[in-house]
Amino acid sequence: MTEYNGYVTDETIEGADDGPLAEKTVAVKDNISTEGVRTTCGSAMLSDYVPPYDATVVERLKDAGATIPGKTNMDEFGMGTTTETSAFGAVENPAAAGRVPGGSSGGSAAVVAAGDADLALGSDTGGSIRCPAAFCGVVGIKPTYGLVSRYGLVAYANSLEQIGPIAPSVEGAAELLDVIAGPDEHDATTQEAPEADGSYAAAADGDVDGLSIGVPTELLDGADEEVVETFWDAMDDLEAQGASYHEVDLPSVEHAVEAYYVIAMSEASSNLARFDGVRYGQSGGYDGNWNESFANAREEGFGEEVKRRVLLGTYALSAGYHDKYYKKAQDARAWVKQDFDEALDDADVLASPTMPVPPMKRGESLDDPLTMYLADANTTPVNLANLPAISVPAGETDDGLPVGLQLVGPAFGEREIIRAGSALA
Amino acid sequence: MTAQASEARELAAVIGLEVHVQLETETKIFCGCSTDVADAEPNTHTCPVCLGLPGALPVVNEGAVEAAVKVGKAIDADIPEETTFHRKNYYYPDLPKNFQITQYDSPICQDGKLEFSVEGERRSVDIRRAHLEEDPGSIKHVREGSGPLESRTCSIERADYTLIDYNRAGTPLMEIVTEPDFRAPGEVRSFLEKLEEVLEYLGVFDATRDGSLRIDANLSMVDAGEVDDAGDIDESVLEDANRTEVKNISSHKGAEQALSFEASRQRKLIQSGRAVEQETRHFNETHGNTVSMRSKEEEKDYRYFREADLPPLRVSHWKDEVPIPELPDARRERFVTEYGLSEEAASKLTSTKQVADFFEDVAERFDANLAATWVADNLLGELNYRDMAITDIDDRFDEVTRLVELVAEDEITAKNAHETVLREMLDTGDDPDTVVDREGLGKTSGDEVQQAVVDAIDENPDAVEDYHNGEDGAINFLVGQVMQKTGGSADPGDVNGLLREELES
Repeated sequence: MTEYNGYVTDETIEGADDGPLAEKTVAVKDNISTEGVRTTCGSAMLSDYVPPYDATVVERLKDAGATIPGKTNMDEFGMGTTTETSAFGAVENPAAAGRVPGGSSGGSAAVVAAGDADLALGSDTGGSIRCPAAFCGVVGIKPTYGLVSRYGLVAYANSLEQIGPIAPSVEGAAELLDVIAGPDEHDATTQEAPEADGSYAAAADGDVDGLSIGVPTELLDGADEEVVETFWDAMDDLEAQGASYHEVDLPSVEHAVEAYYVIAMSEASSNLARFDGVRYGQSGGYDGNWNESFANAREEGFGEEVKRRVLLGTYALSAGYHDKYYKKAQDARAWVKQDFDEALDDADVLASPTMPVPPMKRGESLDDPLTMYLADANTTPVNLANLPAISVPAGETDDGLPVGLQLVGPAFGEREIIRAGSALA
Repeated sequence: MTAQASEARELAAVIGLEVHVQLETETKIFCGCSTDVADAEPNTHTCPVCLGLPGALPVVNEGAVEAAVKVGKAIDADIPEETTFHRKNYYYPDLPKNFQITQYDSPICQDGKLEFSVEGERRSVDIRRAHLEEDPGSIKHVREGSGPLESRTCSIERADYTLIDYNRAGTPLMEIVTEPDFRAPGEVRSFLEKLEEVLEYLGVFDATRDGSLRIDANLSMVDAGEVDDAGDIDESVLEDANRTEVKNISSHKGAEQALSFEASRQRKLIQSGRAVEQETRHFNETHGNTVSMRSKEEEKDYRYFREADLPPLRVSHWKDEVPIPELPDARRERFVTEYGLSEEAASKLTSTKQVADFFEDVAERFDANLAATWVADNLLGELNYRDMAITDIDDRFDEVTRLVELVAEDEITAKNAHETVLREMLDTGDDPDTVVDREGLGKTSGDEVQQAVVDAIDENPDAVEDYHNGEDGAINFLVGQVMQKTGGSADPGDVNGLLREELES
């Protein structure tokens, strides 16, 4: 176990004797199913749950020769930005003492930052790979929706999330992406990337000469001064290597956080309904009828943040409110998608700070969920638009706190963002 | 209204149906588990998907979609450009995910109709929609005790614990919703019989499968005066009328029984000036009545939203590509015109697709009327008597055809073929030739008969003299003698002719 509490379960899963990841350790986030090895999603509800099957990405890791050293700690069911809501204790940031590692894939980013694993897999629903990558000073990629199979990923918001790689370098992340990407007959939402042209690893050549970068002003407004400064230093670096940038307007992103949370919470209220004390969590020993028993089991098995989101999501879908919240959020989503697609007509990639703030102090965020949600302002629009994005280390604040730079590409444009990102990491 | 007037008020029943049928596919609707669960131990035909394990994802079974398209074609429904799946969210132990994947605003079949006969009259009922969804698992409520499980199964009120079997979870269902076009419980029964016939013809339904048919019926009573000559009723009248939903119906007979009871119950209430409560009622087959379950005010909010794990299906072109067999009505008509059969014979011969197929095979090789007699009358009759179905002998069609051949080619008499050979074939499993040889039924060869004729004449000079003296009846005596000599297997008509020839020569 690590002193920063990066793992929930310390158990080695061996892969094939050789393959592209032979000799490499790849830590796996604890919401990705591993056959015979406990998969808790950071929740008391699943503290004893051992899946009888492997997620497709885990099968691919094993076939590629990787060794899985353990299951990494995370915000409960993926719901959080700081990895402080886990039933198995919070994760510390190995790159910034006293600070959060980001979330919800905080454990995955921490084990890579600390060098306890070569690579890691995380999942990203509204920024859960990119945020911890930025806060821990490592690289994280959220692939285009449909590039990587979700079979075996315990669902939080199934129209928004993807499994993706976390690594010390862009090339490392790209190598891992090569192994896990590609259609899966078990996941009807996966598709073949059109114009599949060479490996993702080969695209990490750092060649940004002539690259056109759009910078959405809305994603800089209101951001922390030092973050903005570090961001522009990194942009200067790219310019020096031959890239150029221009400002773009994405008026829809003002509504992205709200739309994201309404949709994510609504889907979560349905995806988490199966956890009712019948097959998961504490079973029985409650007074009352079935509904009362289910309510009690869920009251005890879920943490505060999960309960908050399930309640809000149920409300947003309920009769009389469905149109006002859920349907409206879907309309906003369509608008965000349109905005991004148009901006990417005039630019190869878009760039912004990954997070508007440096890593928060531990213990500060949970009392003010709304402020915590707003920290997702730069990452959530990308999930709404189903686009790929990478976070690369841009530098540090004066206090040595890591700052990430986010590059967003067109749908299935992973090679673009890998190429651009590899000029910095 | 005075008591007299309310008694005199004539009421008409308005009935609509929601019929759930299990589709006959090899595997479940969203995973590869087998649907052949009839004799299986509980929870042995399951996988992460149909168990709803965390992380599992549904993938649509093409066979189920094909079956749905066939149904759509058979009921003349529209299949839209895009059809999508939705989640119906509610908590119940038999629902692994606590939501059911179903269809909501873009079902795979819309605006169809089904024609059927009620007491000789043709009727047509509009089918508003038919959609695909997954079946939940099955539940048993159990009392503690030492006896076998079946004997301790009871109602939820008396149970100590509940068992859940997920073998059935994920079986493909089609929910068929009619407009409230029915005006009598008898009509509902005829409709259901017709629907089952069509579904079996399509090969997508098996009536013998336990739980393959489940019916929810809606019934309201309106003033008879509100029903116009065409049987139509104004929308607003229908909306105002209080409607009850009757659940737990699983047979045609049950449907007629449940609705008769319900119509009568509502009629009595209205005629005594009381209001009919809008509610859901449970049909009790043993008692033949309906009991209140829950008030419709407590109607659940299912929070329907799109199932993001399943992209939309674009299968409208499948309507042209997926073949369906000739449907029962069309086939019946063709049997009358093409084979010159009576309506009654045609009806018997199209009672199931297997019988119709077999008849046509036989009719291809032999005279249609002979084939009709053999299949419709003789074969079906003997099968019925033995409580057997045509499918029980479907690996013996060659043998039955051989039997018909033996009759057609005059090698055995029709009488022997039916009364001896066919019956023994069914009772002992032997093939026709074996039975014929064993019983010595082969029609005697020409030479043997000829010899018997000559012998009969030689041995009976008195009868011969009578014949020559003009007593034509004497020939019958001689025919009898020949029949005796040949053990009854000669053809009497032939013998008659041969005797006359011999006597005249």
